[in-house]
Amino acid sequence: MIELLLEPFGYQYMVRAIWVSALVGGVCAFLSCFLMLKGWSLMGDALAHAIVPGVALAYLLKVPYAAGAFFSGLLAALAMALVRVRTQLREDAIIGIVFTTFFAVGLLIVSINPTSVNVQSIVLGNILGISDEDVVQVAIIAAVSLVILVARWRDLMLVFFDENQARSVGLSPTRLKILFFMLLSACTVAALQTVGAVLVIAMVITPGATAYLLSDRFGRLICIAVGLGVVTSAAGAYASYFLDGSTGGLIVVFQTLLFLLAFVFAPKHGRLAAARAAQAASEPAP
Amino acid sequence: MNMRAAGLPGGIGVTPSIAVEEVTVRYGNGVTAVNDASFALGAGTICALVGINGSGKSTLFKTLMGFLKPARGSVLIAGLPVRQALKRGLVAYVPQAEEVDWTFPVLVEDVVMMGRYGHMGLLRIAGKADRAAVDQALARVNMLEFRKRQIGELSGGQRKRVFLARALAQGGKVILLDEPFTGVDVKTEDAIVALMRELRAEGRLMLVSTHNLGSIPDFCDQVVIINRTVLAAGPTETTFTHDNLQRAFGGALRHFRLGGADLHDDADKRRVTVITDDERPLVLYGDRDHEKLARGGKENGGSENGGKAIGEKDPAP
Repeated sequence: MIELLLEPFGYQYMVRAIWVSALVGGVCAFLSCFLMLKGWSLMGDALAHAIVPGVALAYLLKVPYAAGAFFSGLLAALAMALVRVRTQLREDAIIGIVFTTFFAVGLLIVSINPTSVNVQSIVLGNILGISDEDVVQVAIIAAVSLVILVARWRDLMLVFFDENQARSVGLSPTRLKILFFMLLSACTVAALQTVGAVLVIAMVITPGATAYLLSDRFGRLICIAVGLGVVTSAAGAYASYFLDGSTGGLIVVFQTLLFLLAFVFAPKHGRLAAARAAQAASEPAP
Repeated sequence: MNMRAAGLPGGIGVTPSIAVEEVTVRYGNGVTAVNDASFALGAGTICALVGINGSGKSTLFKTLMGFLKPARGSVLIAGLPVRQALKRGLVAYVPQAEEVDWTFPVLVEDVVMMGRYGHMGLLRIAGKADRAAVDQALARVNMLEFRKRQIGELSGGQRKRVFLARALAQGGKVILLDEPFTGVDVKTEDAIVALMRELRAEGRLMLVSTHNLGSIPDFCDQVVIINRTVLAAGPTETTFTHDNLQRAFGGALRHFRLGGADLHDDADKRRVTVITDDERPLVLYGDRDHEKLARGGKENGGSENGGKAIGEKDPAP
């Protein structure tokens, strides 16, 4: 039995898939703490789709796919910012227009040059077949992002919570927001390999949302979210060996299961706790 | 350790002041929000900023916070350009309740600690002095027992006190308060006013935007009245007059006047004037409009409070 459970670790591609997934899952979870608090969850969605044309072009031009993806992600973020400043349109409409446009262009490029890239591996991810150079790229992106986040999370928290106060202690909200979106673009690119463009959305929302139900302190919330991200991603990659299923699918299913558990059983913000509180409130005071 | 010792190195020995000179602020869409505004305030001052909604109060605040850059004119805080004053932690800001995300996962003490960022290193690790400043600020606003609460679990008055504590922990010499009395009960309002008087005695400068016209004569020694520009600025006794308010508010102000035969059996010329900008009304009694200022009750106190208010003594500071 134990031999069977250890079997995936005997294969180098499995070991690699597990640690790369865990690393990416952890960084994405870190970012999710910020994204979901600002009502920017859809930004993750948008960026994930917006990097598709960059990846397609990068393969076409034979440059590292991460560079292309990062560039087109940043371009999309700028386009959204520009439209928002110049029009009265609502945010969801702007995000919708920009990300579908980018995704459409990406599909177009791929369909015109069918040999350039396997679109399925962009949209759905393919961590088990990840190449050595891609592993290096992903690892560098994730590690650098993680270091920056660990060093600057308190400043980012202040900017997300209260921009005026950030300003009054001498921080620049604009610069920190740009930094955040650069990290988000970079990590979306990294996660692309693991779970694909569609499921990366879950990676940058669900762990943070789950942790939000479990803690009222931002520092602890980050620890919980990163822990969840690392464990579910590693477990997803590991389980995919036995189930022979999609790694990305498993990771997100695990994350959702944990979210549901927190939703029901969280000590303070869960449904059961809420029901208990309501009952206590309805009982007449002694 | 007192609050002054806990201040920024750059804050010690600085004499707070605000000098706004011929400032014009335009928004990106070309709308001029404030035109040619000038006023100056010195240390040990509580100044009320009065005007209708849309008169440029928040624009002025944003300019003082460096968020908006004046198209013309200059703003100096403690003799420094806004950016440098902010860098040195001289300016603290107490936001309006609507500006804050109350569901954000932070505890009361975390929010107060945010005031200490300017005193910390790049990684924002709290040191002994930072924790002491937070403890002291919380004690000063009487919120120590709530320090482990998530901010959304507090009442309106408690929320205000948390953000006041943050300004205290920051050690700002110039404190901007945006509508500090909105949604706050009378007891908290009195507590905030008492604290502001203490801070004034310490030599700090406070600029308070408020619709609470009635309480302004109680605790503000200076008044700046604006409507797209500074209409009047100066000591409360000479500036906070019926005529100036009339100019600032025009038809936007509720305004009652009771005098002559309605009030007196004889030919007494004195009359009662009630001016309200939706909150605590300003009650004037006398034959000249700024002769006597009386304190009114909260609007929801109704006529009963308003009646009693005339001649009421100021609460002891």
